Amino acid sequence: MRESATFDRNVIAEIQRAAREGIYDIRGWGAKRRVPHFDDLLFLGASVSRYPLEGYREACATDVVLGDRHASRPLELKIPITIAGMSFGALSAPAKEALGRGATAMGTATTTGDGGMTEEERGHSETLVYQLLPSRYGMNPDDLRRCDAIEIVVGQGAKPGGGGMLLGQKISDRVAEMRDLPKGIDQRSACRHPDWTGPDDLEIKIGELREITDWEKPIFVKVGASRTYYDVALAVKAGADVIVLDGMQGGTAATQEVFIEHVGIPILAAIPMAVESLQELDMHRKVQLVVSGGIRTGADVAKALAMGADAVSLGVGALIALGDNAPELAHEYAALGTAPGFYDDWQAGRDPAGISTQDDELAARFDPELGGRRLANYLRTLTLETQTLARACGKSHVHNLEPEDLVALTVEAAAMARVPLAGTSWVPGATSA
Amino acid sequence: MAAIADTVESVDLADVSLRDLNQRLHEASPAPRWHVAHPNGAHAVAVGIDADIEVEVDGHVGYYCAGMNKRATVRVRGNAGVGLAENIMSGTVVVDGYAGQSCAATGRGGLVVVRGDASARCGISMKGVDLVVAGSVGHMGAFMAQKGCLVVCGDAGEALGDSIYEARLYVRGSVASLGADCVEKELADEHLTELRALLERADVPADAADFRRYGSARRLYSFDVDNAGAY
Repeated sequence: MRESATFDRNVIAEIQRAAREGIYDIRGWGAKRRVPHFDDLLFLGASVSRYPLEGYREACATDVVLGDRHASRPLELKIPITIAGMSFGALSAPAKEALGRGATAMGTATTTGDGGMTEEERGHSETLVYQLLPSRYGMNPDDLRRCDAIEIVVGQGAKPGGGGMLLGQKISDRVAEMRDLPKGIDQRSACRHPDWTGPDDLEIKIGELREITDWEKPIFVKVGASRTYYDVALAVKAGADVIVLDGMQGGTAATQEVFIEHVGIPILAAIPMAVESLQELDMHRKVQLVVSGGIRTGADVAKALAMGADAVSLGVGALIALGDNAPELAHEYAALGTAPGFYDDWQAGRDPAGISTQDDELAARFDPELGGRRLANYLRTLTLETQTLARACGKSHVHNLEPEDLVALTVEAAAMARVPLAGTSWVPGATSA
Repeated sequence: MAAIADTVESVDLADVSLRDLNQRLHEASPAPRWHVAHPNGAHAVAVGIDADIEVEVDGHVGYYCAGMNKRATVRVRGNAGVGLAENIMSGTVVVDGYAGQSCAATGRGGLVVVRGDASARCGISMKGVDLVVAGSVGHMGAFMAQKGCLVVCGDAGEALGDSIYEARLYVRGSVASLGADCVEKELADEHLTELRALLERADVPADAADFRRYGSARRLYSFDVDNAGAY
């Protein structure tokens, strides 16, 4: 027997599913296909020409300030690792609370999502970023004033150019009330903002938000990685304090599979485009760059920072830390036709871990205090790993990591990350072999 | 509507910055009545107010005038640009002239009155605001409108109420076309009562009986492949 490389078993299964159901597949998570990623980069470390810092004696700072370009109250975070926007609606209220608890324990920020701000997450988040999305579900000036930063969401990595859909089975009474819609119906989220179009309008919109909040709050602009060079330049021109750049591996609660896997570019390719844009405007490190989409380990954090990011943001990794896809729930995942490590039906609302659900019984299984501790442990681990790598490169602050510390394992990664192929001085597209 | 105080706080935007005006309007106890001169098309005039006050803007304003308003009454003696009273929570915003695109976008409460015409996408994603337009409205009015009422005394452009949820639309004149999932519905006594009250609140002279009502057919509430062509 010989399996077709073109029509492999996954392709055949999808054709059969499409023929059976007559509709595209919707799922959660982010891109699952293999793309050039941080795994394709290595740190050179120190040797004779560079000297390292002593691991347990010499400090390696991790603090970061976000949004000091225009805001009177920029965010001062202890670690450069934040929690990405995930909606109450997509996630249960206890899960949102746990994200706030974990982030706060580590002195960093978490972010609301498409659905508004809950009391649980505000109450347990020392630093909370409030998203302004096209749907404006739950948007109100009181929450604008009590947030710590505002994030205008133009797009996300899983679906640049796409809106959202929260399926009816996740629309509980509370979710429906927050979104001003009936219970139990599919809730569509628009892909364009209702009251501005294009970069000139965005500048005016940012001005309005600053006026409403008396110029206190940093204003982030989040874009999905695609035409990153131009998007970043236009967002900076519009007045953004912080750019949030989400690669195609970034998670989603519910999006068409074809969208997740075929739109947008890997975060590895997008970061250099953003940094180039910022540098040309003399705004690198003045407008901070937060990157997301496939950040899993301290190595990923360190590599993103070395490429020029000021901070990273976690979504899928944070959910896994809370307990999503836990092996202890194997029998329950099996009942849903899946297994730990594979469960991505976050749109369905039947999450046995009680995280991506609005079912009261399922949500009650989730302990937000324990979840918060697990998330804090994960963030602490990422921070220690990042510091370990930075010290090995001789850096007393993780922001001192630089592209010169990196090499690539593949030609593709070298071209995208704009660092030399390991063992050579060749940066494809920039230098001759 | 709050009682009108005897004294009026006057701000001339030819001399005072917009930042100063908005900062003063955000104070814990702002003056109860304001007159703003020479707005000259400025954006974000009188945004983010949360007080029982009255603000009269004497001239044309740019984008987002009275954005996210709570409780206040804001009257514009001129025309308003894009996003008038966007995300209004409560209170009243009245424009004597015309309004640009996305008037009252995502508004969650309160009343917005446009004495002239309103451009495209008025009431887009409205979430409880009542919007009364004495003139006509452009295309895609009440797109994805969730809650509240849109009253159009003139004509409505193409694709009125596209992808509408539970908002109620009343139009006196012609409708160029209805958007996906928007249908004409019966104008019952309860609707006439509601419409009369709205017209009275907006101080717009019109006979409720002359209007027709439109709303959601609710065919798109749960995704069904048989309705895919409507998306």
